[in-house]
Amino acid sequence: MVHTSLDVVDEKISAMGKALVDQRELYLGLLYPTEDYKVYGYVTNSKVKFVMVVDSSNTALRDNEIRSMFRKLHNSYTDVMCNPFYNPGDHIQSRAFDSMVTSMMIQVC
Amino acid sequence: MEAAAGGGCGSGPPLLLSEGEQQCYSELFARCAGAAGGGPGSGPPEAARAVPGAVTAAAGPVADLFRASQLPAETLHQITELCGAKRVGYFGPTQFYIALKLIAAAQSGLPVRIESLKCELPLPRFMMSKTDADIRFGNPAELHGAKVQIPYLITEKNTFKRMDDEDKQQETQSPTMSPLASPPSSPPHYQRVPLSHGYSKLRSSTEQMHPAPYEARQPLVQPEGPSSGAPGAKPPRHQASLIRSFSVEREPHDNNSNYPDEPWRITEEQREYYVNQFRSLQPDPSSFISGSVAKNFFTKSKLSIPELSYIWELSDADCDGALTLPEFCAAFHLIVARKNGYPLPEGLPPTLQPEYLQAAFPKPKRECTLFDSYSESMPANQQPRDLNRMEKLSIKDMADFPVPAQDVTSDDKQALKSTADEALPKDMSEDPATSKDSNSLKARPRSRSYSSTSIEEAMKRGEDPPTPPPRPQKTHSRASSLDLNKVFQPSVPATKSGLLPPPPALPPRPCPSQSEQASEAEIHPQLNRAPSQAADSSPTKKDIPYSQPPSKPIRRKLRPENPAPESQEPSSTVGGAASAVTGKPHTAVQKQSSKQKKAIQTAIRKNKEANAVLARLNSELQQQLKEVHQERIALENQLEQLRPVTVL
Repeated sequence: MVHTSLDVVDEKISAMGKALVDQRELYLGLLYPTEDYKVYGYVTNSKVKFVMVVDSSNTALRDNEIRSMFRKLHNSYTDVMCNPFYNPGDHIQSRAFDSMVTSMMIQVC
Repeated sequence: MEAAAGGGCGSGPPLLLSEGEQQCYSELFARCAGAAGGGPGSGPPEAARAVPGAVTAAAGPVADLFRASQLPAETLHQITELCGAKRVGYFGPTQFYIALKLIAAAQSGLPVRIESLKCELPLPRFMMSKTDADIRFGNPAELHGAKVQIPYLITEKNTFKRMDDEDKQQETQSPTMSPLASPPSSPPHYQRVPLSHGYSKLRSSTEQMHPAPYEARQPLVQPEGPSSGAPGAKPPRHQASLIRSFSVEREPHDNNSNYPDEPWRITEEQREYYVNQFRSLQPDPSSFISGSVAKNFFTKSKLSIPELSYIWELSDADCDGALTLPEFCAAFHLIVARKNGYPLPEGLPPTLQPEYLQAAFPKPKRECTLFDSYSESMPANQQPRDLNRMEKLSIKDMADFPVPAQDVTSDDKQALKSTADEALPKDMSEDPATSKDSNSLKARPRSRSYSSTSIEEAMKRGEDPPTPPPRPQKTHSRASSLDLNKVFQPSVPATKSGLLPPPPALPPRPCPSQSEQASEAEIHPQLNRAPSQAADSSPTKKDIPYSQPPSKPIRRKLRPENPAPESQEPSSTVGGAASAVTGKPHTAVQKQSSKQKKAIQTAIRKNKEANAVLARLNSELQQQLKEVHQERIALENQLEQLRPVTVL
């Protein structure tokens, strides 16, 4: 499921060649008949992709909320990157990051 | 009621047991007696009375139980004697109950006496290992109490974010335990089991919470180790290190942090060590260590990468990928603590916050570096001492006008000293000569400092070396008894409020005219130097404005006193001296008493006066310079006029 969404994200990125700086994209629509969920994609300037999967049973989150969530994600991610001990590509083990993500999720739910 | 029963307790007073005690004791007796066969004396004492001597608690289990009470052997012997078991030869219910009561008394700190039996005591506490056999000895009440204690302790643990302080924990634990001590007799053990689950979450040291016997702890360690497998290798290692640390009575912990109560507090020597390490990585203590440099350095500590990553996350407060000095100290301290077995905190402890560290150790370090880098300025910065030194040096240095900045400073000292002590006219003759040289010398170090450092640093440092020399010489001509160092040093902090460069120099006043008479003689020898110096001084003057902010207030005051300060040189010199002093006053002000502050203030005043004098002198010299120029032009004209004649 996530891999499919990643493919879609790549597709979208390659599609818009001019606007390299695309802050976010809302990708609604990958609704599987059985799995009722929505996938949101977000690409940073360094081509790092954030994929957020939301259960649709939850009253649909507003666009702004999604964006703010992505923004927070992005900020936390940059903080994690600042750590010289963190190698890009590793599993993120930052507690601050985890706590931020958890709080965000709790907020939504 | 027990006194009659059991016989042999001839001198035993009536043993009054409360309900709880009765229940507890009878249970214990029953357990002890269970193996001994015969009807257990679990029933009320009546049964015991009914069958005196028939019900005895087996010596073995009883001995185990008594040992589990953790009383010293002599106490136990005493108790056994007192309760009469020895006399009787067995542990009847009476003896047993008396013994239990005495154990309770001993555990409460009361002397083991028969009289203690009369007191209302909590139930005796028996520390037992978590084996099935021992659980027998536990009371149902105890178990219940233990469970009650568990959530309490867990919450206690939760509140202990800083689990490193064993003392603290022990202290808090004992109050926790004592109120609940009456029901549970083996709280630590039962609690440890659930606590071990909490361990994996809190990463705290369960063991630290209980100063229980080692043997009790160790069996728990193993069950806890596997149970808290979530954190991986850390807990067992941590536990092992904790046990080790316990066995060594916390010495290693204390060794590392000299504050047993605050392992997160950085001591002075630690701080110095960290700062030295910082400097080895990055010579400028006020700037950062980049992430990669820090990474290489911290990797040498052989901590695991995730741990280092976590430490970085804690210490890099602004998440900029670089460590300032306080951040570096915090990170280093965390690493040191971790290597010594302290678990890493959930959040950065308050004593390691950058603001705290900066407040605690801000400028001394800075000043140390300042002093290190400009050692020549140091003497000038030190107030009373400098004066004396100046006095000594003035004689020596008067004749030297070599280039090195040190001479400049010594010249400064001379000037200061001489201004302080000698008469003006005498100094006047020396001043212009020395001042010129000092100006040039001063200019050089000043420009040097500016090129090498930022403006702020130049203000602090650059002014230190250059200013002292010229200033003293100039004041030297004017001030009658000025402690230039004092004057300038305090003035620096006052002025160092980032004021704008001083206003343009005031027009030369008659003062120069006064000095002209005396200085004319020197003008000629200085003629040669004047043009070069003018050239030197002009660029330096431009540089000097930066250093002038500190001296601006001084100059302002100078103006009412003396409308001299026209060129920036005097102000720069003042600023230089001021900045030279800046370094020192910081430490001084910070660390010294108000008495010194007063001294500093008087020094400020004197410095200001000296500034005024210097400014005046400067203006005079400027005037002389102009005149010299004019003369030169006149001479050149004459030469030209004469030339055609010769040619022709």
